[in-house]
Amino acid sequence: MEIKIPKDLLYTEDHEWARKENGEITEGITDFAQAELQDIVFIELPEVGQEVVQGDSIATIEAVKTVTDLYAAVSGKIVKVNKELEKKPELINKDPYDTGWIVKIKVSDPAELETLLVPSEYKKVIQEE
Amino acid sequence: MEEKNKTPLYKKHVELNANIVDFANYRMPMQYSSIFKETKAVRNSAGLFDVSHMGEIEVSGDNATEFINCLVTFDISKIKDFQAKYTVMLNERGGIIDDLLIYKLEEKYLIVVNASNQKKDFDWIKKHENGGVEVQNVSENYFQIALQGPLSEKIIKRIVKNDPSDLKFYHSKKENILDIPVLLSRTGYTGEDGFEVYGKSSEAEKIWDRIMKEGKQYDISPCGLGARDLLRLEMGYCLYGNDITAETTPLEANLSWVVSLDKKNFIGKDVLLKQKEEGVKRKLVGILVPGKRIPRHGNRILIKQEEVGIITSGNYSPNMGSSIALGYISKPYDKVGTKVEIEIRNTATEGEIIKLPFWKHGTVKKTSLEKKQSG
Repeated sequence: MEIKIPKDLLYTEDHEWARKENGEITEGITDFAQAELQDIVFIELPEVGQEVVQGDSIATIEAVKTVTDLYAAVSGKIVKVNKELEKKPELINKDPYDTGWIVKIKVSDPAELETLLVPSEYKKVIQEE
Repeated sequence: MEEKNKTPLYKKHVELNANIVDFANYRMPMQYSSIFKETKAVRNSAGLFDVSHMGEIEVSGDNATEFINCLVTFDISKIKDFQAKYTVMLNERGGIIDDLLIYKLEEKYLIVVNASNQKKDFDWIKKHENGGVEVQNVSENYFQIALQGPLSEKIIKRIVKNDPSDLKFYHSKKENILDIPVLLSRTGYTGEDGFEVYGKSSEAEKIWDRIMKEGKQYDISPCGLGARDLLRLEMGYCLYGNDITAETTPLEANLSWVVSLDKKNFIGKDVLLKQKEEGVKRKLVGILVPGKRIPRHGNRILIKQEEVGIITSGNYSPNMGSSIALGYISKPYDKVGTKVEIEIRNTATEGEIIKLPFWKHGTVKKTSLEKKQSG
């Protein structure tokens, strides 16, 4: 199966993606991750307002094949969560980079964005798996 | 790296854009579209599975019946030509070496075994071989395709020579599809009505295409291992390696219906007799876990914070709208209605022991009931 890696996003080695927008990032899991997990049945979302540190587990994704954590791509404050996923977790499978987004984080340290992977680097990560 | 085996239908899976994974040393389709969609197709219409990774062992010769009878728990002298029987093969400790399907086919027996146990089973059978039998591992010669779902009969009817509607559950017959000789068997692992088709590996693609083409009007879906595992779990059927292993006996695993303790002798019989007399200490049970947190293999089963058992299989069932699991639980906590907690990622999640199967609307039951009613 063809794995999509949009050119305008940043990535983590744990298969999260991040989209920069006005001092915030929108975060979700990559197409590779959703294909590995297969049908997602349930997601535990964090509280809005919660302060998180880069690498913290902020959500739990329960899927047919396994369960996995979503880690904060950057440090900051959670400003929005995708409530739609509580009813329709399958949006993550169908559309991981758009309607399947998971959280928005107000970035506290923009330097952390430099630690994220660019598409070509992320491509190497999944080729090694 | 060791070269993985491919079934004769591997190219079809690639063409269908399946997510292909390593399973029991085979490159197998996990899913083509979505495990849930495929599961629903089998419950509502029809699904087609490539199960050619399963092993096939042939046993023939004058002493074949007696020989197999020493190796498996069911008394196979009771089965008639073209009948199939699900049974298990035990080690000397009464532990399960494998669960298998045995067909009596006129001059020989065809034993269908789990892909992962193919070599182990063959070696075990060979080790006990005595005069008057011939044992052959013919796994590579056969393809095996499973057509499962309530509309299976409608599909198969259109492609075989003779009307299959009188073929009873767990019976088989010689048939032709596209003039290719096959063994058509009314069996499966999903709880729905269905057929398994066995034939020469070189003909696999033609048969697959023929069934897919005729199934189109009935919303047939190719189905992968993911759907197969979920469907069997909804029925409470055991998966070797998870729910049954060399450390579990058929009496613990609710498989006493495949054990003929009145049979003269078979490997493991003395252990089972003793276990029956003393009573088993644990039982495999079905646990309904309302919600979407999924119990997984190895999760602990607790009652009042005390460990009373362990989960062997678990998943979320889209057909039930709930998580479901199988697990071994110590007596006397194995009774239907018992409330338990399952430790899922350090959080105790409530569950209740319920009577299997989880999914009670499987169409296969009707067939076996009809069979019982008609004697």
